[in-house]
Amino acid sequence: MGGHPFLADGVDFGDVILAVVLALVALVLTLVMTMLMVWFERKVVGRLQNRIGPNVAGPFGLLQTMADGMKLLFKEDLIPAKADKVLFVLAPFLAVVPAFLTFTVVPIAGDFSNGGSGSSTLPGFLGSREFLWQVADVPIGILFFLAMSSLAVYGIVLAGYGSGSKYPLISSVRATAQAISYEAALGLSLAAVFLVSGALSTNQIVLNQVAEGYGGFNFTRWNVVTTGLIPFIVFLIAATAELNRPPFDLVEAEQELVGGFHTEYSSFRFALFFLAEFMNTVTMGGIIVTLFFGGPSGPQLLPLGAFMGFIWFFLKLMVFLFIFVWFRATLPRVRYDQLMDLGWKVLIPISLAWLLMLGGLQLVRSGDLSFVDSTSADLVIVIALGLAIGLLGYAMLNAAIRTSRSERLAEEGLKLIAPKSQDSESLAGHQTGTTQGGH
Amino acid sequence: MMSSALLAIQSTNPIALTPNELWVINTFFYVIAAVGIVAALKMVTTKNVVHAALYLLVVLTVVAATYIVLGAEFAAATQVMVYIGAVMVLLLFGVMLTRAKIGDDGDLDYDSKWIGGLSAVSMFAVMGYSLWEAFGTDELPADMAVQRTGQVANSIFSQYIVPFEALSMLLLAALIGAVVVARRD
Repeated sequence: MGGHPFLADGVDFGDVILAVVLALVALVLTLVMTMLMVWFERKVVGRLQNRIGPNVAGPFGLLQTMADGMKLLFKEDLIPAKADKVLFVLAPFLAVVPAFLTFTVVPIAGDFSNGGSGSSTLPGFLGSREFLWQVADVPIGILFFLAMSSLAVYGIVLAGYGSGSKYPLISSVRATAQAISYEAALGLSLAAVFLVSGALSTNQIVLNQVAEGYGGFNFTRWNVVTTGLIPFIVFLIAATAELNRPPFDLVEAEQELVGGFHTEYSSFRFALFFLAEFMNTVTMGGIIVTLFFGGPSGPQLLPLGAFMGFIWFFLKLMVFLFIFVWFRATLPRVRYDQLMDLGWKVLIPISLAWLLMLGGLQLVRSGDLSFVDSTSADLVIVIALGLAIGLLGYAMLNAAIRTSRSERLAEEGLKLIAPKSQDSESLAGHQTGTTQGGH
Repeated sequence: MMSSALLAIQSTNPIALTPNELWVINTFFYVIAAVGIVAALKMVTTKNVVHAALYLLVVLTVVAATYIVLGAEFAAATQVMVYIGAVMVLLLFGVMLTRAKIGDDGDLDYDSKWIGGLSAVSMFAVMGYSLWEAFGTDELPADMAVQRTGQVANSIFSQYIVPFEALSMLLLAALIGAVVVARRD
C-alpha cells in the first residue's frame, strides 16, 4: 500500500465519503449555531438593557435571525461606482471561509471518559471505521487555528479598501493595526498551552486534559489550571480583540465610522460579513473550551456515549458565548491608544514572562533543571526566580515608558516655545519687508 | 482500516509513492507553480499598489502550498502565520496609511526597471544553475515522511541551536535599531 506522506495507510472511497459527511455536518452545525448565537446575543443584550429583545418571529423570537436573513437576501445588491469591484466581491468570502475552516479542528463531541480517545466507530454495515468528532485532526492543529485567525483580517481589510470610500478605509487601517497587536499575545498565550500539553493536535490537547478516574473528569487537569490562569485571561482578551467584538470593536465603531468596513455593503454580501462575525465568535468559544477547559470531555452522567461529549462541549461553549455577550453589554469601547497600550505594554510582556516561568517549571518537573534535592523546593525556587525576573522586567519596561514620555513632553515643551520665536521672526521679517517696501 | 480523520496521527511511517500518486502530486505542483508565476508577473506589472500587495500574497500562499506538497507542515503553517498573517498585513497597513488611492496609480512606474529585470534574470540564472548542479534529475527519496513539528523543534534546539540563537539576536537588534531610528526619544 503506497501513499503520499499525508495520505498514509491509503484512502479509499469510504474515507472520502466520511470526510465529506463530517464537513457537511460541521457546516450545518456552525450555521445553526451561528443563527442561534445571533438570537442569543440580541436576547441577552436586550435583557441586560431592560428590553425584551426579539420575541415575535417564532417561539421566543428564535426565528428572528432567519427572518432577517431572508430579508437581506431579497434586498438590492449594490456595488458602489468607486469600488474596486473584484476586491469588493471577494472580501465577504475571504471573511467567511477562514471562520469556517477554523471550526474544522474543534472537537465537538466524543467519549473521553474511562480512557476513551474520543473516537467513535461507525456501525459494521457502514464499514466499521473509526473517526473523531471533528472534521480533521491535523497534527499542527493549533498552528492551523492561528494561521486561519491571521487570515480572517483580510476580509475586513479588503472590504474596507475595496469599498472606495473613506470610513471603510479608516476601518481597514484600524483592523490591520489591531490584528498585528493582538496576534502576538494570542500566540504567546497559546504557546503556554503547547508547553504544558506537549502537543499541537486538538484531540491530543483534549486527551491531555482528561484525568484518570473520576469518570475522566478532574478540573485540575484542565489547561486553565495547569497553565496558571494568566494565559487563559490573556487569550480571552486577545480573542475578543481578534474577533473585533466590544469593547475592542473599533473596526466597526458605528458612532465614528458609520458601519466601518461594511458601510458600503448590502444584501447578501452584508449577510456574509454578519455570518462570518458570529461564526468566528462561536468558533473562538469552541477553541477556548478545547484549549483551556477540556473540550468535550466530562463524566458520562447519562449513558449517551459520544453525544454526552457534545452536551459537555455545548454547555462549556454557552458559558463563553454568554461572556462575550456580557462584555458587549457591559464594557464601553476602549480608545485607540488604550487598545494599543493594552496589547503591547500589558498583554505581550505578561504572556512572555509567564511563558518563561512555565518553561522553567516544566524543566523542573521533567528533572532537567534542579537547584536542590527536592522537586517541590525546586518548583518554589523557579517560581521565586520567575517572579523576580518578571518584576525586574516590569520595572525596566515602566522605566523605559516613563523616560520616553518625559522626554517627549520635554520636546513638546520646547516646541510650544518654538512657534512663538518663529512667529516673532516671521513677524520681524514681515516688518523688515514692509519697511523695505516703504523705502 | 483507518479513517481519514485518524490518518494524520498514524502517518509518521515512511511510505513509497506509487506512480499514480506521484502523478497527482506533480500535477498539483505544476498548477500551483503556474499560479505563482502568473501572480509574480502580475505583481510587478500592476499599476495599483494594493493589487501588487495582494499578488504578492498569492505568491506567498503558493510557497506555503509547496511546503505542504513537500510534507513540511510546520514550515507551511509558519509561512501562513508570519508572511501572510503578519508581514503582509503590516505592509497593507503601511500602504493604506500612506497612499491608498482608489484605482490605478498612473505614475506607479520605475524608470530604471531594466536594472530590476536584469537582477531578477541573473538571480534566476544563478539559483537555477546551482539547484540543477546540486540535484540534477534526483528524485525525492522513496521513504519521504512528513516532517513533524516535534522533529523540527528537536533539530532547531539541538543541532542548529547556535545559528538559531544568532538569528534571534540579529532580529532583536534589527527591531531595537528600527525603534531607535524611528523615534528619537
